[in-house]
Amino acid sequence: MKTIKYLVTTLFLTASFISCTDDSDDPIPIVEENPLAEYTMLKAVKANNHSIELYSEQEQFTIGYNELFIRIKDEASESYVSDANISWNPVMHMTEMMHSCPKSEVSKTENASVYKGSSIFQMPGNADEYWELNLEYTIAGQTYNATERIEVKAPVDGKKRVSVFMGTDETRYVLAMMPMKPEVAVNDFSAVLFKMENMMTFPAVEDYKIMIDPRMPGMGNHGSPNNEDLTYDPASKMYNGKLSLTMTGYWKINLKLLNDNDEVLKGEDVTEENEASSLFFEIEF
Amino acid sequence: MKTILNGRPSRPKATGLKGKSLLLAVLCAVVFHWQSISQEPRVIMAKDSILPIDLNEVIVISSYKRTLEHNSHHKPLSTLDQYLESSKKVNLIKRGGYAWEPVLNDMTTERLSVTIDGMRIFGACTDRMDPITSYVDVSNLSDIHVACGQQGAEHGATIGGAIDLRLEKSNFRPDGWVGSIETGGETNNASQIIGGELNYSDEKFYVDTDIIYRKAENYVAGGGEEVAFSQFEKYNLSVNAGYKVSEDQKLLASFIFDEARDVGYPALPMDVSLARAFIGSVSWIQTDFMGDFKNWETKLYANSITHIMDDSQRPDVPIRMDMPGWSDTYGYFSQATLKRNNHQFLLKLDGFYNRSLAEMTMYPNNPNEREMFMLTWPNVRTLNNGFYAEDVIDFKGSSLKLSTRLAVQGFNVADEMGLNSLRIFYPEMAQRQTRFLKSFSARYHKKLKSVHLDGGLSYGDRAPSVSEGFGFYLFNSFDNHDYVGDPDLRNEKAIELNTKISVPIKKLNFSLEGNYFHTMDFIVGEVNPALSVMTIGAEGVKVYKNLEHANLYNISLDTKYQITPEFVWTGLVSYHRGTDQDGRNLPFISPFTYNSMLQYTQGKFSGSLTMRGAADQVNFNPEFGEDRTDAYTVFSLSLGKSFSINNDDVYVKTGVENIFDEFYSTYTDWNNIPRMGRNFFMTVSYAIN
Repeated sequence: MKTIKYLVTTLFLTASFISCTDDSDDPIPIVEENPLAEYTMLKAVKANNHSIELYSEQEQFTIGYNELFIRIKDEASESYVSDANISWNPVMHMTEMMHSCPKSEVSKTENASVYKGSSIFQMPGNADEYWELNLEYTIAGQTYNATERIEVKAPVDGKKRVSVFMGTDETRYVLAMMPMKPEVAVNDFSAVLFKMENMMTFPAVEDYKIMIDPRMPGMGNHGSPNNEDLTYDPASKMYNGKLSLTMTGYWKINLKLLNDNDEVLKGEDVTEENEASSLFFEIEF
Repeated sequence: MKTILNGRPSRPKATGLKGKSLLLAVLCAVVFHWQSISQEPRVIMAKDSILPIDLNEVIVISSYKRTLEHNSHHKPLSTLDQYLESSKKVNLIKRGGYAWEPVLNDMTTERLSVTIDGMRIFGACTDRMDPITSYVDVSNLSDIHVACGQQGAEHGATIGGAIDLRLEKSNFRPDGWVGSIETGGETNNASQIIGGELNYSDEKFYVDTDIIYRKAENYVAGGGEEVAFSQFEKYNLSVNAGYKVSEDQKLLASFIFDEARDVGYPALPMDVSLARAFIGSVSWIQTDFMGDFKNWETKLYANSITHIMDDSQRPDVPIRMDMPGWSDTYGYFSQATLKRNNHQFLLKLDGFYNRSLAEMTMYPNNPNEREMFMLTWPNVRTLNNGFYAEDVIDFKGSSLKLSTRLAVQGFNVADEMGLNSLRIFYPEMAQRQTRFLKSFSARYHKKLKSVHLDGGLSYGDRAPSVSEGFGFYLFNSFDNHDYVGDPDLRNEKAIELNTKISVPIKKLNFSLEGNYFHTMDFIVGEVNPALSVMTIGAEGVKVYKNLEHANLYNISLDTKYQITPEFVWTGLVSYHRGTDQDGRNLPFISPFTYNSMLQYTQGKFSGSLTMRGAADQVNFNPEFGEDRTDAYTVFSLSLGKSFSINNDDVYVKTGVENIFDEFYSTYTDWNNIPRMGRNFFMTVSYAIN
């Protein structure tokens, strides 16, 4: 008898609980989900009672192109700050000198508490040399500064996606491949190009041309058909083209950089005698 | 023409086709002659047969007297390929000792319809190393029907003709239990063959089972040079059963399992570690059908092929690779005949669905690099539905055969990676496409006293094959090029003219036959210099395209002379020519060939002496990897005797091929691999009565 009573009570309670949940769907305050849940938080810089969180699609700060997302958390209120103005400057502390790298502005995204920018690290840190990220941000008229060491590593697969070189015009350039998911298909293929004006200034270079010649060194250095050289697109501020990959495996994308007068600044044609260009990217999938 | 379906072919039909190499020598034996003389053939000619009107050739494999198998051939347990080679119309492209590719009217696989009992079946190898004929064996078959041009459209769209491999069936003969064992060996490649069959048949039910096993080592070319990687090993078993549901209703089923392992291909850079087929069917046969329709036959079938190419046995390759391929086909046909006055109709509905998938994995020499992978056949699904009709009209002393095939064929590239791969070349390519295929044929036969005259005109087309339409970097070691398909190819269309006259003059019988194919949108690979080769060492990349047109013609003269009741001489000469619209030679066109055989038969003893050869191949084309193949002549000898032991029949046959150990290769030998040198063989067949 007692058992039945309990059972009935339990059933009743369960039923009422379920119906309650159903009815009160809207009024319940939704806990804010992290809009960057799919990304990896690479670093949280603690300063000024803020925690400045840096997110990336990748698992690490990698040499080459990094798209980074930033959120600023107010440690006191446990909430994320909207409408801040952020600027940044990564600096490499080498044993004998310091330099920065090509980077974009930090801009706001659709979500007011998420900011976005990109940075192209040319080299990894090591025991004696390191990257430092300088951040300056303004919240409600007040400006704060933060500095934090970050660890920039070579990509896990060791493949080359950025090249720093001296062109025949005696200018130093940084050329980086945009991240992509390679497939056996005609892939969209993009790169960004900057020149090194001085140690701290890397303006984007427009209207040059990047010729591509993908090859498989592991298989007679064969190429692929119907590639499209990369040309500058002012809208995306990138060099865009098409890359045909006829099979999976290791591909070396041989490159030639031409200026707006079609003069070759760097790179050579691949021929029977010359297996690869001195300017290249690598893809393996 | 339907005679063949119901009965074993009559002897004149099987032999009366060609030859007259008077200048060239004497010798030759009609392939099927031993049993036709020493036994009383059980020819069950269909009563309603009208005049023979087609240009079909029938290659008999099992004998009329079923207890003793395969003694029709000069070498009874030879491979099916060697049986085909004895045909007057079929040539074979050889890439090694096994799985030769049939050529009919100078056309190969994609232009032919090759079927097993009317079942469509497609090889799973992108490099054509597994023609359908490699998945059956002589133990399964009763005979092979070869039809030229649109005469072969009954089982599928074709340009060059059809080869139908007919399975052997006890067919409700009241034989009871019948068993036999056959064994044979050859010296040249140390081959061993053992086979056996056990059948039960009564008027209500039959079941046939057979098995055959072959193993051969490398063969030795004339002069003593061993041809490395020419070994093979295979076995084949099959079961065939029938049950009479009622006097005019029969339910039949058949199943074949065929597996070859460790097959070497000396002419190619790769071998085959496994080629396996499952082939099955169920059919329903009913003598009476609706109204005046008769002989209703409906068959459902399925087959599945796995073919694995590898190079693990090769000591020195630039890169290791695996190339497996799969081909599964499901199909049906349903047909019935109708007789009205002097018309005899055959109506047939048929269809098949095929899935062809092949891939290639390359293992880099640098162990830190990832494997390279691509789809060479991007999971192409082919769906074909067709309607075939023919009418044989009997006039007095002549007859006319009209036939047509109409079909709808759809392709679907089912694999997304494969589709994207092809879109590298063809960005606008659709995933699916549909094509309409049509064939029309008219053939007239006239008999003037004992002279037979035949003439025909037909039109037919075909869709591109999977390789031609969707192949992705298929390496052809013959012309050393990679091939890429083109999904937008137009259908290939051919107008065909053929004629034949056969004249018996007392003991001499000769027939002259010729055909001409004017093929529009002829599909062939052409070099695209802009493309970069994929295969290491390849010279370039060819893309399939439609030529404006190509012309092919074949002429043959077949002669038979009954010298004495014991001695028969047959001879055959043939000439072939093929050029495109610019007069450029087409590949794999036979030079002038001849064949001469002298045969002796008395009682239970038989013997034959054969000479065959070819003139220099003068019309070759280096663009397709061809070079001039020199003339050759080879001789063979065989002796056979049958006797009885304890009421059981025993048949022993022995002989020698390439008696003078000539070193030679023919125009069909891939990369000029030499043919087998001198070879002694012996077979023993023992039938338990």
